[in-house]
Amino acid sequence: MDQIISNFNLLFQFPTVNLKIIIDGVMVGALFALAAYGLALVWGVMNVKNLAQGDFVIAGGYVAWFSSTQMGEYSIHPLLGVPLAFIVLWGVGWIVYKLVINRVIERDLFTSLLATFGVAIMTAQILNLLFGSDTQSIQLPYETLHLFGGVVDLPIAKLIGVGLAGVLALGVVLFMRYSRTGQAIRATAQDPRAARVLGINTDRIYAFTFSLNAAICGAAGAIIVMAWVIQPFYGIVYSIRAFVVVTAAGLGNLPGVIAAGLGLGVLEQYGALIFGIGYQQAIAVLLLLIVLIIRLAQQQRVRQALQ
Amino acid sequence: MSKTLFYIAILAISLIAPFAFPDYKTQLATLWLMIIVSLTWDMTGGQMGYNSLGNIFFYGAGMYVAGVFGIGIAHDVGAYNNAFSGDVFKFTPTEYFVGLFVGSLLGGVFCSVSALILGYLLFGLRGPYFAIGTLGVAVAAGELVANWEWIGGGQGISLPVYPYDLEQGKDVFYFMFMGVGVALFAFLAWLYNTKFGAAINAIRDDEEKAEGLGIDTLRYKLFTWAIAAFFVGIAGGISGYQLIHFEPLESAFQTINLGIFMVVCALLGGKGTLWGPVVGAILFHVFKEVTWNYLLGWQWVALGALIVVTVVYFQEGIVGWVRRQKPEWFGIVVEEDTGARAKPTTGAQPAGAAE
Repeated sequence: MDQIISNFNLLFQFPTVNLKIIIDGVMVGALFALAAYGLALVWGVMNVKNLAQGDFVIAGGYVAWFSSTQMGEYSIHPLLGVPLAFIVLWGVGWIVYKLVINRVIERDLFTSLLATFGVAIMTAQILNLLFGSDTQSIQLPYETLHLFGGVVDLPIAKLIGVGLAGVLALGVVLFMRYSRTGQAIRATAQDPRAARVLGINTDRIYAFTFSLNAAICGAAGAIIVMAWVIQPFYGIVYSIRAFVVVTAAGLGNLPGVIAAGLGLGVLEQYGALIFGIGYQQAIAVLLLLIVLIIRLAQQQRVRQALQ
Repeated sequence: MSKTLFYIAILAISLIAPFAFPDYKTQLATLWLMIIVSLTWDMTGGQMGYNSLGNIFFYGAGMYVAGVFGIGIAHDVGAYNNAFSGDVFKFTPTEYFVGLFVGSLLGGVFCSVSALILGYLLFGLRGPYFAIGTLGVAVAAGELVANWEWIGGGQGISLPVYPYDLEQGKDVFYFMFMGVGVALFAFLAWLYNTKFGAAINAIRDDEEKAEGLGIDTLRYKLFTWAIAAFFVGIAGGISGYQLIHFEPLESAFQTINLGIFMVVCALLGGKGTLWGPVVGAILFHVFKEVTWNYLLGWQWVALGALIVVTVVYFQEGIVGWVRRQKPEWFGIVVEEDTGARAKPTTGAQPAGAAE
């Protein structure tokens, strides 16, 4: 307890600590937001809750890591790992959709939750068998910026990662808003039957949406492996974060997802500083529970107001 | 009559099993554990329609309560769990057995109470939100315990070893698990035929309507979960003493391990049936052990595939499938549809009844 209070006091003794925490939090949060963005997409469009979200992220990370460090003279530049992971995970997402997801869309929601849990376990184990259970990362040949007299260290690799995440998120937002496929996806989300009547091939739209989700996750993973570390069983970390963010933002609120992702990143950094790094996961989960319970109270208030 | 004989045969096989296959005593005990947890999962998931992914919380909580109680009656818990103290702690047989029996029971009671509290917070959540919320509880509990140095932190707890002959100890654990399992099964067989069983099935089928019929749904939901938690807590307590050493994330709160297995067992056998979880647990355990032995390295992939196939392609489960094929075996009377009820009466309509 004393430790917690003294940690808390640190924030006021050294105001620049807050700056460091916020910068770190925004950088992690950007990637949470990216994973959550894809989840919100498949959740909103086809009502599938994908628990394999985090495992797609990690798989993308391994694609980037393998292609840029393990291929000897054929290794590609680490930054090219991001588009490569995007493409490879697109294929993975398509296969998973064809084998599993298209059979759980019309079912009850627990079915999709469990089925994707099965996919998550398989993905994590296949990665473990292929690449071993060590943590892996890519060292980018860039330096670390020291700001404010060395108080804030800003590795350029992380900065590039956040930039890429932003570009990707913006690209997806624009795609959803202005392209014909994006419009078809939104129409399908609103009313699949009406969309079908209007000549939209909803099965193809579902397959596209799920593959896009996997691809976004894969790109996020490729960014993570440049700035942090990956390990086959870290998937659940990102899955839970994605659920926290989507539940907090509410469905159909894609800008809210990004805001909530950044917020969660910052909150987690503060929590880690005050309570200790070991509680980071627990903090995210407790936030999820609090959000769920608040949502519940809101629902009840609405129901009472209607009666 | 034949039903009684069937039950007696099953009981006889269960009693003989550890002596007939002495090398597999621990395996058979684990099989009973799987039966217990899948039966309790099915109480809320299958019979009441609330799919929890966090029942493993009660398993871990029971384990820790029993373990801490067992240590606490003889020694100071904090000192015992301090890995660097170098002190030697001894337990008398009496202390051991009090810890095992009373501790497991206390674990069950603790889990019942926490199920009431958690249920009060979570039972407003419907469908997948309930599943995610309970999964969150289990994950959070594991993380919090892993950071709590007083009960061993991430290193976990080492409990005393069975004080007499170890082979005899294996029998003791087998029969403890079997006792809990048989008691649970008998209890559920009775419970599902009472008004209570009908009420929780009504909640599964249509909660709003059940509420409208005057069923206090929250109270039924809380009771059902508390009973399930009680049995899981006891099983967890016994498991702790059987394992001797356990730690928070891999053995106590093993969310993606036993926590999911119990759901898959119930689904594989057929959720919402009395025998389904038992059949499912037996099949699943055999499948798991076979893959562990012959597909080493790929066993988790095989299990994941089994989960996907069960969930996606075979959701009614084995017993559910048999029930659809042979409803008369389950005492379900299928009425021939004579069309008598479906036809509207053609008599004179009373005034004002026209829509």
